[in-house]
Amino acid sequence: MKRWVRRLEIIALASQLGFCASCNAARTHNEQASPARSAAPATPAVLINAPEQYFPLQSYRVGPYAAGGTGFFGGTIDYFNLVNLRDGGVGGVKLTWSECETEYVVERGVECYERLKKGLNGAPAAATNPLSVGIAYATLDRSTVDKIPLITINHGRTDSTDGRIFPYVFPLQLNPYSEVSAIVNYVAQKEGGLDKLAGKKIVTLYHGSPYGKETRPVLDLLAKKYAFEIKHIEVPHPGNEQQSQWLEIKRWQPAWVILRGWGVMNPVAIKTAAKTGFPVDHLIGNIWSNSEEDVRPAGAVGKGFISITTHPSGANFPVVQEIKKYVVDAGKGNLEDVKRFGSVYYNLGVINGILNVEAVRIAQAKYGKKPLTGEQTRWGFENLNIDDARLKELGALGLLQRIKLSCDDHEGGGRIRFQQWDGDKWVLISDWVEADRALLRPIIEASAAKYAQEKNIKPRDCASEVPL
Amino acid sequence: MSCVDVEGLSPGSLRIHRLAALASPLRWWALLAVAFGVVPLLGTDYWFSAILVPFLVLSLAGLGLNLLTGYAGQLSVGSSAFMAVGAFASYNFLLRVPGMPLLVSLVLGGLSAALLGVLFGLPSLRIKGFYLVVSTLAAQFFVQWALTRISWLSNDNSSGVISAPRLFVMGIDLSSPAGRYFLSLGVVVILTVLARNLVNSATGRSWMAVRDMDTAAAVMGIRILRSKLLAFAISSFYCGVAGALWAFAYLGTVEPHGFDLDRSFQILFIIIIGGLGSVAGSFFGAAFIVLLPILLDNVATTFFAGVVDPGHLQNAQKILFGSSIILFLVKEPEGLARLFRDFRQRVVG
Repeated sequence: MKRWVRRLEIIALASQLGFCASCNAARTHNEQASPARSAAPATPAVLINAPEQYFPLQSYRVGPYAAGGTGFFGGTIDYFNLVNLRDGGVGGVKLTWSECETEYVVERGVECYERLKKGLNGAPAAATNPLSVGIAYATLDRSTVDKIPLITINHGRTDSTDGRIFPYVFPLQLNPYSEVSAIVNYVAQKEGGLDKLAGKKIVTLYHGSPYGKETRPVLDLLAKKYAFEIKHIEVPHPGNEQQSQWLEIKRWQPAWVILRGWGVMNPVAIKTAAKTGFPVDHLIGNIWSNSEEDVRPAGAVGKGFISITTHPSGANFPVVQEIKKYVVDAGKGNLEDVKRFGSVYYNLGVINGILNVEAVRIAQAKYGKKPLTGEQTRWGFENLNIDDARLKELGALGLLQRIKLSCDDHEGGGRIRFQQWDGDKWVLISDWVEADRALLRPIIEASAAKYAQEKNIKPRDCASEVPL
Repeated sequence: MSCVDVEGLSPGSLRIHRLAALASPLRWWALLAVAFGVVPLLGTDYWFSAILVPFLVLSLAGLGLNLLTGYAGQLSVGSSAFMAVGAFASYNFLLRVPGMPLLVSLVLGGLSAALLGVLFGLPSLRIKGFYLVVSTLAAQFFVQWALTRISWLSNDNSSGVISAPRLFVMGIDLSSPAGRYFLSLGVVVILTVLARNLVNSATGRSWMAVRDMDTAAAVMGIRILRSKLLAFAISSFYCGVAGALWAFAYLGTVEPHGFDLDRSFQILFIIIIGGLGSVAGSFFGAAFIVLLPILLDNVATTFFAGVVDPGHLQNAQKILFGSSIILFLVKEPEGLARLFRDFRQRVVG
């Protein structure tokens, strides 16, 4: 009997591996034969011949963070569609993309990365945009080996700002350190100057994830520099229960609370703050606590809640209007709920689309108007330089900030504005507030150098890089 | 059982029996030849790094839990805590001990997990069943808490994420997808062989005796304390090695929350679906849990992309996956291993 069992188990194992091998052939075939995802205008037969640039989208449309995923990827896809329908692609090269659901889960994101990185129907992958710190961390080394830029707009690993050590990673616009530095600067403005921060109590209520924890050291540093007291309070994922954290806040009585939330944690934080008597207009939501979906579920108590933004919401910008005209009105919009058109997440997706497309455009100026490899688009990202004139041409003046990247600076922006919820929509309440990037740079470089040492990476010599 | 006894009586079937006995080790070798020889020829990077490695690692974790729950009868939902200990301990050994070989660090990571396993296994001497589940739940929360709080354990990385070291074994660079596969496969094969021998040994028999009725086992002279703690230690060792492989060979980076309660449940489901008290069952279960969602996703994106809203498509897959679990368990509560055994007996006789 025992022998039988053993034999069966061996056969079981063998059959599994056999099954895997046969699936392998089927999968490769399927991948090649699968038509372009979403509203791609052409048929697969035509796609194979036309030159195309591919964007692998590790999106998430289900799970606790679906609101962020659907808005962001909806905006990006709509912008890609606009470029295809209005301009016929970038330099005659049409954009194509396919989605793979990650559910914001790291291993699903890795699987998606591996599945999509090879391109689609011969169209090479330009860049990945996972919109998840966990997935970004897990695909960071892979992206470098595979030479595909990893774009982490407004989030990501802060020290990847140092492009000498992270050549393929781009925390565009705003890395986490810049974010909290600008928030502290805003609080100082409100208190009447940086010197007035001394002795003030500030709490960061953060999501219990790499993303949430990322800013602890820099806040400690700023607290030391400006002599304010900081207390870090963690909310375990997903954050739908915060009673004990808010009681702790109530006991400590801080002047301000910085909310570094994500998904369901945000409305719960606002509601619990109101319940424990903390004034919500002294609760500052960070870049992932700043959408309509974050505050609306909190109901009436959300009125007065402040958050930062790198881009205003609203559908009045020319580029968003063009999307409406060419894409949405033509029935090709990606959003299921049309009311979310022009919302914070959606507009973030749009500006992410703009930055990706502009990188391709800049890289095409160097490498020619053809589908580019990830290595070539990386050069495009590194030489991104969007000034006000270009923003006007893009119809994104006021929507996207000026941004200039370089070999050693993969962030390029570092400015935010503050907005306040009036019960129905966001109202801008400040001009651009700058992060103290000069102060942050040495810590970023030190952290990157530590990584380089751990991984035995030799930093690039930026002087030898060829500018545009 | 009776089938085999009857067969043993006739000379013809005796010959078949002998052949089977000869074929048995042959099959082992054939299987190894396929895993080490054929799969690398057919596999692509995608298959190695996105499917085969997580399948092997979760099989190993499942095997670890199966030793504890399936063979020794001690319920646990702390498997991913032990995985976390293995991952972070191996990382620290590699980081802080100069010249530490990778394989040694895996073993040390496993031993650290085993140590903690023994500690959290102590309550099993007094409590059983669901109460023991609660105690192992404590391990789950304690480990995550400690790894989040003590930043030294993640080399003071601000976000608490560790990144994998370079994978060298005896001077050979295993950082390519195929290399990672070989590393995982090698470790899994060795540990699987050990586990098979273990469950067939006196230790395994004493575990099963404890599982079936510990009072009776004690009366027969089996040392309950030793058996239970050994089960916890060995199970945690397996989980610890699996955790280190998960961090190093699969993801390349890991954070404490990557080993949360969901992962423990995932491993528990692997052995429930695969088959409790079966070595092969762990592999079956892992295949089901890892491969089926990916298969569903590929089928869905191939046939329905662009036609059905992607969000709805995802929800439909979840429904299908959940229903198939229910279906399998209703059809065969003893898991896929039993289902396969019955199937084979019907076909081969």
